[in-house]
Amino acid sequence: MADIAMSNFREASQDAAATAASQPARTPTVVVDDVHIVYKVHGAGSGKGSATSALSRLVSKKRSPSIREVHAVRGLSFTAYKGEAVGLIGSNGSGKSTMLAAIAGLLPPEKGAIYTNGQPSLLGVNAALMNDLTGDRNVILGCLAMGMTPKEVESRYQEIVDFSGINEKGDFISLPMRTYSSGMAARLRFSIAAAKTHDVLLIDEALATGDQKFQKRSEARIRELRKEAGTVFLVSHNNNAIRDTCERTIWIEKGELVMDGHTDEVVREYEKHNRA
Amino acid sequence: MGLTPKQLAAKYGLGVSGKRPSLPTYVRQLWARRHFILAFATARLVAQYTTAKLGQLWQVLTPLLNCSVFFLVFGVMLKSRDSIPVYLAWLCVGVFVFQFSQSAVQAGTRSIADNLGLIRALHFPRACMPVAFTVIQLQQLLISMVVLVGIVLANGQMPHMTWFLIIPALLLQCLFNTGLAMVMARVGSKASDISQLMPFILRTWMYVSGVMYSIQGAIATWPPLAKTVMALNPATIYMDLMRYAFMPDSFSKHYYHGGKDASGHALPQHLTLPHHIWFTASAWAVVVFVAGFVFFWKAEEEYGRG
Repeated sequence: MADIAMSNFREASQDAAATAASQPARTPTVVVDDVHIVYKVHGAGSGKGSATSALSRLVSKKRSPSIREVHAVRGLSFTAYKGEAVGLIGSNGSGKSTMLAAIAGLLPPEKGAIYTNGQPSLLGVNAALMNDLTGDRNVILGCLAMGMTPKEVESRYQEIVDFSGINEKGDFISLPMRTYSSGMAARLRFSIAAAKTHDVLLIDEALATGDQKFQKRSEARIRELRKEAGTVFLVSHNNNAIRDTCERTIWIEKGELVMDGHTDEVVREYEKHNRA
Repeated sequence: MGLTPKQLAAKYGLGVSGKRPSLPTYVRQLWARRHFILAFATARLVAQYTTAKLGQLWQVLTPLLNCSVFFLVFGVMLKSRDSIPVYLAWLCVGVFVFQFSQSAVQAGTRSIADNLGLIRALHFPRACMPVAFTVIQLQQLLISMVVLVGIVLANGQMPHMTWFLIIPALLLQCLFNTGLAMVMARVGSKASDISQLMPFILRTWMYVSGVMYSIQGAIATWPPLAKTVMALNPATIYMDLMRYAFMPDSFSKHYYHGGKDASGHALPQHLTLPHHIWFTASAWAVVVFVAGFVFFWKAEEEYGRG
């Protein structure tokens, strides 16, 4: 039953892609062309890490048997356009985060190609900045690393700190970042990355740890970024966040495209599928 | 219509994601991040010792403790000080200068792996990392230099015109270290086995460089080819340059009057600067810097993978 439903979705998504292609005014910013991504995982399997087996491997020049390949993304294709916010949904391990890392250029595709406009920035929940440095140092260094001049940093600094809301409960910005809660750290990271106009911004669950107030603020910032002709990708397990920020959603399952179309439609089908 | 994705990308000027920029573009990007490199280095330097009570004092204390151990073992017990005039100052210059290159190698090896979070989160030319870590080592060395000047003066060596040579010697070593750090950064980002081997390689390098004894004295009877090879060791060259700059007297003949020191001990053949030392020092600096930079750039797109 489920398989028939999936193939229906696929047809629907192809229709959506066809209508998208027939609109001439839109400029593509990300083109994903039949991408396959394969992870090589070291240290999989058991009992192969001993010194004797390592030595015999060296002698026989065989590849370590503990390297296993994981085919995380299998032949994904889609095109995203200027001013679009695209949600990526799917169950855990479906390949959403892998796809984002590949768009950011951090993972090479095994097959196929990804074309982007400029350098996409990936904002992941695990991407720590400099934990032993204070919050304000992180703001300054983060901005400089993104290529701002010292003058620009000076003029944006207060804005970034205010946006993050770190100082709402006292002077936290002058404490080392390792003392922050995960929510506070995520907020500061998002504020730093969002301070610059990005051609393509990839957000991987980065907003999930923020509180309600901050989520509202960041959704507003994402809308602004889109107005400044950027494209935003959002990975989230919070369907409401996807509904609020994205008008287009791509549903991935086991590394394959299930559905690509209007958020309302896709999320509705996704929720239906999950209830079943 | 009917464009393939590749044609579509080409039409709108989209580039392949994560592709490495051309070498001139890369140099331009790196130059544009100079403020980042400096700010990063300064912040790291300050943060390095925040958990230690004595704070930044350790920057000077660590090499001084090293010096005293070497002085005790090599100077007093193995009697190296008998063959070298102003041994304490000579030793301290060597230790500080060698430490400069050694810590550049160590920090370079870890510079990518330790900052993977930053590298994945923000996009910047990755060479910023090894370069910034070399700048940190340079800042540390400049602080130690103040102590070094104190030691040299306390050993009765008066300021001299040759002290100006400290600046070009340091610049050359800095260039050399940056290249070395970039090579090690790429190696260290991939092979984790290297980090286990590094302490042994560095210790070997230190012992064959003549940090705490005169390498010329030790290899005086070796065949000429072996002597030439040993004399090409960059660590020896940079140490000798700095020792000459600080204490030119210890390389002059009349210091060894009659082959005896003040207390009547016979002195071996006097220390000499190898021929063309400035040329060799510059060649090492330029070749290692350029080769290291290109070597690092070649894998630019791979550093975020980890």
